[in-house]
Amino acid sequence: MTAPRKQRMAIVGFIVAGSAIAIGLVLFALNEGINVFYTPTEVAQGVVPTGQNFRIGGMVKTGSLKTGELEGTLVEFMATDCAEDIPVTFTGVLPDLFREGQGVVADGFIDSNGIFQASQILAKHDENYMSAESVAAMEASGATCDP
Amino acid sequence: MNKRALLIIPGVFFMLMLGLLLFGLGRNPSMVPSALTNRPLPEFSLPSLNYGSIQDISQVSTEDLKGGISIINFWATWCPPCHIEHPYLVEISEREQELTFIGVNYKDDLDEARLFLEEKGSPFEKVIIDLNGRLGIDFGLAGAPETFIVDSAGIIRYRHVGVINHQIWEETFEPVISRIN
Amino acid sequence: MIPELGNFSLILAFCLASLLVIIPMAGAITNNQLWMSLSRPLSTGIWVFMALSFACLAYAFLNDDFSVNYVARNSNSLLPDRYKFAAVWGGHEGSLLLWVLILACWSYAVSLFSKNLPMDILARVLSVMGIIIVAFLLFMLLTSNPFERTLLNTPLDGGDLNPLLQDFGLIVHPPFLYMGYVGFSVAFAFAIAALLSGRLDAAWARWTRPWTNAAWAFLSIGIALGSWWAYYELGWGGWWFWDPVENVSFMPWLVGTALIHSLAVTEKRGVFKSWTVLLAIAAFSLSLLGAFIVRSGVLTSVHAFAVDPERGMVLLTIMLIVIGSSLLLYAIRAPVVKGSASYTLTSREVFLLINNIILVVATAAVLLGTLYPLIHEAIYGEANRVSIGPPYFNTVFVPLMGLLAFVLGIGTFSRWKRTSVAYLKQQLSKILIASLAFGIIIPVIVTSEFNISAIVAVVLALWIVFSIAKDIFDKTSNKETFIKGLKALSLSYLGMQFAHFGMAVTILGVCLTSHYSVERDVRLAPGESEIIGSYEFVFEGATLQQGPNYQADRAVIQVLRNGEDYITLEPEKRLYFATGAVQTEAGIDVGLFRDLFTALGDERGDGSWVVRIHYKPFVLWIWLGALFMAFGGVLAITDKRYRSKKIISDSKETTKVKANRSTKPELVAQS
Repeated sequence: MTAPRKQRMAIVGFIVAGSAIAIGLVLFALNEGINVFYTPTEVAQGVVPTGQNFRIGGMVKTGSLKTGELEGTLVEFMATDCAEDIPVTFTGVLPDLFREGQGVVADGFIDSNGIFQASQILAKHDENYMSAESVAAMEASGATCDP
Repeated sequence: MNKRALLIIPGVFFMLMLGLLLFGLGRNPSMVPSALTNRPLPEFSLPSLNYGSIQDISQVSTEDLKGGISIINFWATWCPPCHIEHPYLVEISEREQELTFIGVNYKDDLDEARLFLEEKGSPFEKVIIDLNGRLGIDFGLAGAPETFIVDSAGIIRYRHVGVINHQIWEETFEPVISRIN
Repeated sequence: MIPELGNFSLILAFCLASLLVIIPMAGAITNNQLWMSLSRPLSTGIWVFMALSFACLAYAFLNDDFSVNYVARNSNSLLPDRYKFAAVWGGHEGSLLLWVLILACWSYAVSLFSKNLPMDILARVLSVMGIIIVAFLLFMLLTSNPFERTLLNTPLDGGDLNPLLQDFGLIVHPPFLYMGYVGFSVAFAFAIAALLSGRLDAAWARWTRPWTNAAWAFLSIGIALGSWWAYYELGWGGWWFWDPVENVSFMPWLVGTALIHSLAVTEKRGVFKSWTVLLAIAAFSLSLLGAFIVRSGVLTSVHAFAVDPERGMVLLTIMLIVIGSSLLLYAIRAPVVKGSASYTLTSREVFLLINNIILVVATAAVLLGTLYPLIHEAIYGEANRVSIGPPYFNTVFVPLMGLLAFVLGIGTFSRWKRTSVAYLKQQLSKILIASLAFGIIIPVIVTSEFNISAIVAVVLALWIVFSIAKDIFDKTSNKETFIKGLKALSLSYLGMQFAHFGMAVTILGVCLTSHYSVERDVRLAPGESEIIGSYEFVFEGATLQQGPNYQADRAVIQVLRNGEDYITLEPEKRLYFATGAVQTEAGIDVGLFRDLFTALGDERGDGSWVVRIHYKPFVLWIWLGALFMAFGGVLAITDKRYRSKKIISDSKETTKVKANRSTKPELVAQS
């Protein structure tokens, strides 16, 4: 092989190796970073394995919200799509427009007691952090009842 | 391999992305139905506005809206499109005597609201005062004006975002109302 | 009458821009000097009328002219004057006006500072910029005219500016960001002009470099401002959310960074020409993609304007025409002949190529993550909606940037054409040992814990800093004093080192904040306190306060350091009257080595509130690093090399250049 040819092969090698690493990283990370939406009904049917991270979309069931009477910043409520209710616990700051009877989207996982441990709560009217995807998932889940 | 063929790759990639974006446009995330459609009115009891000859300032509650089809219109004097739709609403309400038109004065200056209705006429049987916007939140309001059709059982049957004019009234409101009837 | 005047000058600017597209381009093809020379006055004219138009809209805002629809929707008589002015670009129409005004500014700047550019190149460059101006003015006049009047009734008051945007950050963030975005149109126009004329050479790269640096520096500051604004305005204590709109501003920056490096190779060595042209096209294309994503509502985000698919359609058409035709031109005209390949595997050329690959891969990964929700939906149908969170971006992006930092250190010592491996080893071995030693020891001693991610970050930052220091020291060692040696170094070299130093600072800021922040969300009743390290935060209760156009719950948090009074922080939660929106204002004590961050959460009864209390070490360094990078970019522009057509090789030439400068205006943009 001539010198320039060798170089060219090496550069192509760089690019191939680089893209291979990048594609591997991307595939691995997509697995990690993806958030799939489920409705309370789907959760109740056991579609989601315990411990897996996902997003739940529904409404805060009227009369189910407990805040002030609980320790510290703990919050408990039921997320409902009218067919099924899923208990949710969350520790931290609630969004500005979080209310009973309103839409909610929570990130987290189902623990061994069947309780959804939320790491993040988004309220429906909190447009700032609400994607169209979550609005649609929520609307699809709980549009036909009074929670 | 012909090297020039390689130069087409960016273009191909771009066209693929453009196709994807076109798809994204078509799906239009703004077409989200109201969470309240086909659900009962949220519970409320709020004072009503006195203006002109109407001096009744009794509370209006969810119960008062049952028994007939009502049109609930959220408006405010600070909202430019509300000024545009107002004359249409006045005309429509004069024509459609069997419907109850309820206005919700949304986060407004009450004196200006009174002045507005006295000068331009009022399409409303009653005007509910929603000073802090709580009722708006309960209705899932995105902005003003928004108009809801509520049937005689107090169930929200339709939500319209934006200005109402004769064409919109005929094409979207009348079919819903005749279906409810 | 003023809004009509604004509208009229917008139309005039459109007419002049149409002429700019046709006449100079026709002149360049037919070699008609007069036609080509019209490009300069036409650019000036466009700039004048765009500025006039902008001033008219600003006038309408400051005088509360609510008969103008756009003013009524985005302003309010209660709004303080500075926000009335900023509200000019607070909505879709006005921000588009700012976008086009800035585009006009750039083309005016090109016409001012390029007087020693060959006339046919200048004519083509300005013509290409004219095409973009025409497209966006048409878009504005047809679908988004900011001067449209409310026909029937003038509202008594306006609907108010989005409270998120009522802040100093909004006043400065978009202009900087747009200066960056739109600035890449100059590099784009130069690339297209070069493809059209077939003169894709070292001179082309040299003309393009200062403009690219300028745009890149503006974009760096714009992105940093946006991140800083999110930090204190969103009340989460976060400074980067991998939000679609943040991503679309970040992608042109990444490609722009690659372009700066690739232009260096093309100018110095005459290779990678096709690649450089592609990057120039890509940087501006990604800017256009950003405009599309923000304004079409395809992906929703905190910054998105009102959703309007029709506007999206028009923007998509603009993209199809501008980018599609330039990529077609690229496929036909880009040179495929290989540049004289006289460089070895450890030459500076190859290290810069690796830099480019890493940056482009990072861009592609961000692009994929941003568009993935759409891709997923296109494949699996509407019912299967997903969102891509920060874990994806962090997993992909952080290792790539680590690799980039590592290559940066080696690249500093590499030479053009060939660098022997032995030389690199000799230069780098001590630096490697020193950065490893200090990078491991310092974090462990200071924090008395072994955090591998933080250690890697410190090692990489020191690796960059040490190699910069050693290189500067080596290059100045042949002069009597260090200062004399420093003066002998070229400004573009110093600019490069400043920017690289900025990268090290940002790496430190990002990683140390991420790993050593203490974040407490606690419920505090009045009188209760929370202790973080040597700081005690005493919550003294929240009271209702009245602002000009809002009312706020304002908390008083007394901060004690080692038991002594230190500072009082007053985070707020505001309710804006006109829109009913709730907005958090953080209370922050800014410091060089740590920020104390407090924000009010929600009320939990009996006067107790959930309060966010964060201790964030080195968070300021994230933005400080960006400032260094931007400063480096600006410094490189001022290098005298760009002020003349001739490449200065020795000091004698300098006097000649000075003589040149007095007769010929400069090529560079004044920063």
